[in-house]
Amino acid sequence: MNSRIFHIASNTFREAVRDRVLYNLIAFALLLSGAAVFVGQISLEIEKLVVINLGLTAVSLFGVVIAIFIGIGLVSKEIEKRTLYTVLSRPVRRWEFIVGKFFGLAGTLVVNTFFMAIGVFAALFYVSHRFIRADALIFVALYFAVLEFIILCALALLFSSFSSPLLSAVFAFSLFVIGSFAEDLRSFAGMAHGFTRWLATGAAYLVPNFSAFNIVSSIAHEQPVAPQLILHNTLYAFFYAAMALSGAVLIFENRNLK
Amino acid sequence: MPAIEILGLEKSYKVGFWIKRPRRALHPLHLTVEDGEVFGFLGPNGAGKTTTLKLLMGLVFPSSGSARILGRQWTDPEVKAQIGFLPEQPYFYDHLTAHELLNYYAQLSGVSAKDRSRRVESTLQRVGLKDVRGVQLRKFSKGMLQRVGIAQAILHDPKLVFFDEPMSGLDPVGRREVRDLMEQLKHEGKTVFFSTHILSDAEALCDRVAIINKGELRGIGAIDDLTSSVQGKVEVIWHGAQVPVSMKALGAECHITGETVRAIIGEAQQDAAIDALRREHLRLIAITPVRTSLEAYFVEKLQHAESKARTAV
Repeated sequence: MNSRIFHIASNTFREAVRDRVLYNLIAFALLLSGAAVFVGQISLEIEKLVVINLGLTAVSLFGVVIAIFIGIGLVSKEIEKRTLYTVLSRPVRRWEFIVGKFFGLAGTLVVNTFFMAIGVFAALFYVSHRFIRADALIFVALYFAVLEFIILCALALLFSSFSSPLLSAVFAFSLFVIGSFAEDLRSFAGMAHGFTRWLATGAAYLVPNFSAFNIVSSIAHEQPVAPQLILHNTLYAFFYAAMALSGAVLIFENRNLK
Repeated sequence: MPAIEILGLEKSYKVGFWIKRPRRALHPLHLTVEDGEVFGFLGPNGAGKTTTLKLLMGLVFPSSGSARILGRQWTDPEVKAQIGFLPEQPYFYDHLTAHELLNYYAQLSGVSAKDRSRRVESTLQRVGLKDVRGVQLRKFSKGMLQRVGIAQAILHDPKLVFFDEPMSGLDPVGRREVRDLMEQLKHEGKTVFFSTHILSDAEALCDRVAIINKGELRGIGAIDDLTSSVQGKVEVIWHGAQVPVSMKALGAECHITGETVRAIIGEAQQDAAIDALRREHLRLIAITPVRTSLEAYFVEKLQHAESKARTAV
C-alpha cells in the first residue's frame, strides 16, 4: 500500500479508537453475556440456536451502525472542521485521502468484529460447554458480516463526499434496509411487466444485495455453506465497494472545498 | 526564478437557489512574489485573501487562469512537498497529541523515518510547545492551536510558507513570537506569503505588500516605496517651550508637548528652519521626513476604488 494511504488509514483507525467507538464492545459483551445466562435458564435444547442467532445478528447490527455513523462523517467532518486543508496542502492526492479513509474505517470494523466474535464464541461455550466442528461455520457468517461492512463503508464514504452527515446517514441506512430485501425486490421484478419490470430490475441490481450475506439462520441450524457462495459474495463485495469508492473519488476530485 | 507567479487566477461561484448566477470571488489576479521575500497580502475581511490562498493550495479550482509555484505548475503534487500552509483559524484532529499530529504530518510530507523524530522535536521546541507535547489537542487554547498550526507549516523545512492570518487569536506576546518566527524564516532564506488585515504586522515584517479588496488587486509595492516621504514634508523637533516668530513665518504647524516642540514644514524650508532655531539658540533634536503610513496608503487605495465604483454607477 502507498505509504500516504497507510498513514491516513492508521490515523482514521486511531481516531475511531480514541473517539471511544470500541466502547460499543463493552455494550456488546454485556448484551451477549446477559443473553447467554438468560437463554441458558429459559430454553431447553435450543440455547445454542438462540445464542448463535442473537450473537451474529448483534455483530451485524453493531457493525452496520458503526460503519454508517463513522463513515458519513469521514469526509464531511474533515471539510467542516477544516482539518482537510492541512492534509491536502501536502503531497497527498485526493484519491489517496479517500482510499486511506476507507481502509482506516474498514480496519476499525475488522478489529471490532474480531472482538465481537470472541464474545460470540464465549457465550456459545457458556451455553454448550464445548465446541463442535459445525461451529466453524460461524467464521463464514462473520466473514460475510465483514464483507457487508466493507460495502457499507464505501457507500457511506460516497455519500459523505457530496452530502451533509444527516443526509448521508439517511441515504446509507435506506440503502442498507432496501439491500436487505434485495432478493424480494428481484423476485418482484421477475413478476412485473413492461416498463415497471425494467425499472424494478434496474433498481434490484443497483442496490447492494445484502440479503445474500445473511446466512445466520442456516448457520444456526448447522447447514453447510456452498464454496461458490463464499467466492461470489467476496467478488461481489469487492466489486461493489470498488464502484462506490470510485464514485466517491470522482466526486471528491472535483469538489471545491469552500 | 520567482517563488510564486499568479497568472490571471480567477474564481466565480454560482449563487442562488433556482436561478444560479455567477458571483466573482476573485477577479483575474496577476502577481509575482520573488524568492526570499516576505510578502504581505492585505485586505479587509471578505476581500478574497483566503480564496486566493485556497486556489494556490488546490483546495478550490479556478474558473480560469493558472499559477506557478517554485517554477512548477501549482497543481503538481511534488510542489507541495516544498511548501507549508497555515489556514485561517486552524483546527486539528483533537484526539491526537501535538507530537502525534506533527509526526502524522511529517509522514504525509514524506519526511524520512530517520529524520522524523528529530524534526518533530525541534519544531515543537521552536514554537514553544515542547512541554505539552503529550497533551491531546482538545485541551489546547486558541493561541496554542495557532502555534501547532505554525509548527505543522514549517515542520518539513519548506522553501515557501503560506500563512493565512497568522496572528489571528493571539495575544500580544504570541503575536510578537510569530513575528520573530517569521523574521527567522526570512533570515533562513524562506519565502513567506502571508495574508493579514493587521497593517502594523505587515509594515513590520514585509518587503512588499499587495492590497486586495472585493476580489480585485488595488495596489502593490515595496513597503519602503509605499511609506516614503510622498508628502514632501519634514518634521522638525527641538527642545524648548516656544515657537520662534521666524518659524511661524515658514508656515509651520507646531505642537508643544512639555519641553519639546514638533513642527511640520515643507522640505524646501528645512535649511531656513535650522537657521531660525540657531538664531534663537534653541537645541535641535531631530529632523525626519514625514512618511505616509501603510495604513494611510491602504485606506487611500480602498477609498479610491470605492469612489471609482460610485462614478461608474
